[in-house]
Amino acid sequence: MVRSPPTDSVGLVTQHKATFEEPLPLVCGRELPRYELVYETYGELNREGTNAILVCHALSGNHHAAGYHSEHDRKPGWWETCIGPGKPLDTNRFFVVCSNNLGGCHGSTGPASINPETGKPYGDQFPIVTVRDWGRSQARLADELGIRQWAAVAGGSLGGMQAMQWAIDYPERLRHAIVIAAAPRLSAQNIGFNEVARQAIMSDPEFHGGRYYDYGVSPRRGLAVARMLGHITYLSDDAMRAKFGRDLRGDMSFDFEQVDFEVESYLRYQGQRFVQDFDANPYLLMTKALDYFDPAADHEDDFSAALAHIQCSTLLLSFSSDWRFAPARSREILRALLENNKPVSYMEIEATQGHDAFLMPIQRYLEAFSAYMGNVAREVGA
Amino acid sequence: MNPLRRELEIVADWIEPGSRVLDLGCGDGTLLHYLVERKGVTAYGLEIDPRKVTRCMDRGVNVVRADLDEGLDDFHRDSFDHVIMSQTIQAVRYPDKLLEDMLRVGRHGIVTFPNIGYWRLRLQLLLKGRMPRSPALPNAWYNSPNIHLCTVRDFERLCATMGVQIRERRLLDRAHRSTPFINLAPNLLGEVAIYRFVRGSETL
Repeated sequence: MVRSPPTDSVGLVTQHKATFEEPLPLVCGRELPRYELVYETYGELNREGTNAILVCHALSGNHHAAGYHSEHDRKPGWWETCIGPGKPLDTNRFFVVCSNNLGGCHGSTGPASINPETGKPYGDQFPIVTVRDWGRSQARLADELGIRQWAAVAGGSLGGMQAMQWAIDYPERLRHAIVIAAAPRLSAQNIGFNEVARQAIMSDPEFHGGRYYDYGVSPRRGLAVARMLGHITYLSDDAMRAKFGRDLRGDMSFDFEQVDFEVESYLRYQGQRFVQDFDANPYLLMTKALDYFDPAADHEDDFSAALAHIQCSTLLLSFSSDWRFAPARSREILRALLENNKPVSYMEIEATQGHDAFLMPIQRYLEAFSAYMGNVAREVGA
Repeated sequence: MNPLRRELEIVADWIEPGSRVLDLGCGDGTLLHYLVERKGVTAYGLEIDPRKVTRCMDRGVNVVRADLDEGLDDFHRDSFDHVIMSQTIQAVRYPDKLLEDMLRVGRHGIVTFPNIGYWRLRLQLLLKGRMPRSPALPNAWYNSPNIHLCTVRDFERLCATMGVQIRERRLLDRAHRSTPFINLAPNLLGEVAIYRFVRGSETL
């Protein structure tokens, strides 16, 4: 329980909901007749409307990026390390907005929402949404909030890719893209991991072809396995060795059901905890959106050409032990930006935590991020 | 006068407004910030020290954390009008390869370095028999980042060997002045050497 939040936290926050009655055309060719986005905001929008920052969440994230929903919350929002007074996304200077992506399971329209055409949950009928669709849905939110141009669009992992997509699709609507631990597109290995995760979910007997809401069940075991796999890829080999090694919980059980190693216990716990707060269909959708993300695809596989018309400056950050989206992938983005003479800064940060490092309080990371954002703040008069 | 100031001014004089500049070992971004402000250049800096990279970001200077010993593979041929290496060449592992790479990615190269042939340094070695130290070379031999110190004559010899054409040379004394007197014996009297050069095949 948090009686009084730390002074560098945004403290207690409430979520908002925006409803859009105009149909949203999607990349897949279908459209959503109407949709809702839940979002949170931290800080104040200045009179000129120049200090707004859009934060994009990663695969399993949501709109609750900072602060606490109640004094009983044990944990703050997912990017508490970077959002708050005096932090890189300084809420004394910036107005920070974070929305739950379409297709999610935390309040924005998604597979568990009621399909207005059938009166039942969408389930497997929910269209496959892409990163580009998310940008479009968020652009309407920006309109509604009166934000013509974001000072920055920021995110890590999938969120970083979304920031890039914003820069490509709405060049006039952001001044800076903050792209952390991302890649120009997924590798075969990345897609492979996602496919195993999806197969884990879809082969759960409770999946029912995605229509499990109708049966009042949920493919929790499959989703937990998917998360266990994902979790391994977010940590580094070194981090897992340091945390668990080959430590045993007790004596070896010579039994498959029992937990022998600490790492097994940890992964099972992570899987179980995850399914309490996440749904299987959105996990399928999010992994698919990641797989499909490929700005170069529209430009004969030339990523540099995809970035030719962006107008923002870019900050790229990567972490040395991240093997899911390794520093070499950020360098690909760097090279494409340099080829286009775009303003860009890049820093690889030494970190042992693997891909998850972008969520961690790593001093060098926070200092660099803060320095860059301090300059952004001066630029927009925040 | 800020000791770096004179050097900055000389380098800045060689750079046309609006040109594209790459600074190798850009430190805290002082030079690039100066060039952006005074000359409106498009500039990128490379720097290995994360604290200095962060200082550049704070200043709004485009900076890439990079190890110069790994070369300039992120950049295409002729990407820049000027590639600058200020007080850095003596600290890299392959100065000759980097010079070559500078002139691959840029049309003009500018290099500044502390001249180890400066008379005070020679005298230290001669009289004390120890590795020379000076305000420009403050470290002891064992903890100095400077692993490839050279003299004015050494540098010019390397350029000649590599077919690099020196276009201009400026030498500064300890007071950071550039007097005609220095050119009587540049390798003896110059404490800081500043060069502008182009590829050998480049015509005037």
